Amino acid sequence: MTALLETGKLCKRFGGVVALDELDMAVARNEILGLIGPNGSGKTTFFNVVTGIYSTDAGRVRFDGADITNAAARAVYRAGIFRTFQRSRLSLPLSIFDNIMIGDHKRLDQRLWFNLMRRRAFKREFEQACGRARALIEVFEPALAERMFEPVAGLPMIDRRRIEICRALISEPKLLLLDEPSAGMTHDETAELMNDIFLVRERNKNLTIVIVEHEMGVIERITDRCVVLNFGRKIAEGRYRDVAADAQVQEAYLGVA
Amino acid sequence: MIDKSGAALWPGLAVVTIATGYLIALLAAERETVIIALLILGIVAVAAAARLKLLDAVHGSFARHEDTLGRFAIVAALAVAAFFHDDHFVMLLLTTVLLYSVATLGLNIQIGYAGVLNFAGASFFGIGAYTSAVLNAQTALPHLLVIAIGGLLAALIGSVLLLPVLRTRGHYAAVVTIAFALLFRTFLEVNDVFGGPQGMQVKGMTMLGWSFNDNIEIGGVTLSLYMNYFVVSLLLLIGVFVLTQRLERSWIGLNLDALRLDETAAACFGLDIARWKTAAFVVGNFLIGVAGALFAMVGGFVAPNNYTFEDSLILVSILLLGGIGNPWGVVVAAVIVVVLPEKLQAIAEYRFLLYALMVIAMLLFRPSGLLPRSVRRYFPGQPS
Repeated sequence: MTALLETGKLCKRFGGVVALDELDMAVARNEILGLIGPNGSGKTTFFNVVTGIYSTDAGRVRFDGADITNAAARAVYRAGIFRTFQRSRLSLPLSIFDNIMIGDHKRLDQRLWFNLMRRRAFKREFEQACGRARALIEVFEPALAERMFEPVAGLPMIDRRRIEICRALISEPKLLLLDEPSAGMTHDETAELMNDIFLVRERNKNLTIVIVEHEMGVIERITDRCVVLNFGRKIAEGRYRDVAADAQVQEAYLGVA
Repeated sequence: MIDKSGAALWPGLAVVTIATGYLIALLAAERETVIIALLILGIVAVAAAARLKLLDAVHGSFARHEDTLGRFAIVAALAVAAFFHDDHFVMLLLTTVLLYSVATLGLNIQIGYAGVLNFAGASFFGIGAYTSAVLNAQTALPHLLVIAIGGLLAALIGSVLLLPVLRTRGHYAAVVTIAFALLFRTFLEVNDVFGGPQGMQVKGMTMLGWSFNDNIEIGGVTLSLYMNYFVVSLLLLIGVFVLTQRLERSWIGLNLDALRLDETAAACFGLDIARWKTAAFVVGNFLIGVAGALFAMVGGFVAPNNYTFEDSLILVSILLLGGIGNPWGVVVAAVIVVVLPEKLQAIAEYRFLLYALMVIAMLLFRPSGLLPRSVRRYFPGQPS
């Protein structure tokens, strides 16, 4: 079976710094792939290049049979890739419902006439959207479903992460890129969030996930396979237990001379 | 879940009634001391109401019964007009309030929703105004069409700014619009076609043979000629107000909020940033141009001095004072900003100083405006 996401000799430089160095990656369908490596090894850059925030300097990106090298961010979204950000990027003054529905852009009718003049039809679409958002958020935290039209500004970090994941899942993407979902959370909160991600997987076996994470416990628990980066190069690949024992990986992390 | 305790209709009705009565008293007052006493009374009353949590009840009332209260506000506006039906000065003032509200609602779509700063509002207002002046003098086009052309020209000329506005963000885009405002005024002053610094006369509006510049006689009662313009402006404001609200309460409103708050994230969620910014900028300029075209016919005169950078700042200060993103706030702030200097002749000279102080005080003590925008409700009475 062909890979869902595949990169060939992907390069990205920032001036003299080589962030991605001829990176060959393949993400198989329906797997959970952990992307690990020390700070500055190119993990987030990889996400940014794939999702069209940065342009590539060389190399190709293929997704689901199509070439998406240097595609615009919105085209990548339409192709079925959704990402979360390292820093929480919810729109704080907006309601929980609004924040989730931003993620469903491609399914909502964006025509001016429909939005302004056909309010009855709009109301029907709005009610369907409410149903979808409610059904999704109830999986994670039923209490949040009761507060859908309150601003997210007052919510704790764990709930914000949940909303971000709902925002990512509402459009039913084929590939989910999670950038350090545990950042800024306590140990217990992280554990809860991981249960949530497992829940997501149980509900939708067709979802492929790439996760960047520094909590190795998380990586060990949920990933099928890991890729280790260092200075923009892949230095190891395989099951977590195997790569953790790899001498090169230990050197990259611990700086053994 | 839907009916919260504070969501009765009467607090809203009471506030609109009291505000109407207050406005009539303020407009009717002639003596400086009476006016100042009324102003102090108004400020104290609002502060007291805020202290006693009465404003929350009003807020709930508007959230639940917005349609009813909107209709009631229209009746209230007509009542004010009826009270001053033969007073040219007050009717002109009220018409000015309505048209400034329309223009600021246009600005609100740009700044309040899309986050595209526009400090050239008065220039686009001026483009509409000069369109009226030229077309009414040179052609026999129906005046409603002239007003629409005024809006279209403002939108079209505004498109020149699109490239720099889309390529820059935040303050840098604002500087581009400031440059445009300064250029626009100079352009008018040096062009004799447009009357140079002296400006031009504008022919009054006629519609289906009805001249708006004549007083109206109905059964022995004389109505000010400005009543014509007041009614047309009120209809325009109602239309623009309703459309603004629908825009905010739609997926488009959601898109605009998303791109204003986080452009990069919005792009990752599939939004075409350039398209939505363009749409907001063009539509906003169109509305400002329409207001300007009609206002020129009301005033009967256009000159470069009426469309300066300072006048753009007045529009922005109405937006800041009222509460960015809330159309109700825009209308309330337009009343304050337009009426206050006219009633207090002593401070008219210092009105820019007054505006500046008001804006600074707002930003310090109530940064989201007199009537802050609340979380989006797609439909009135939607559970929250």
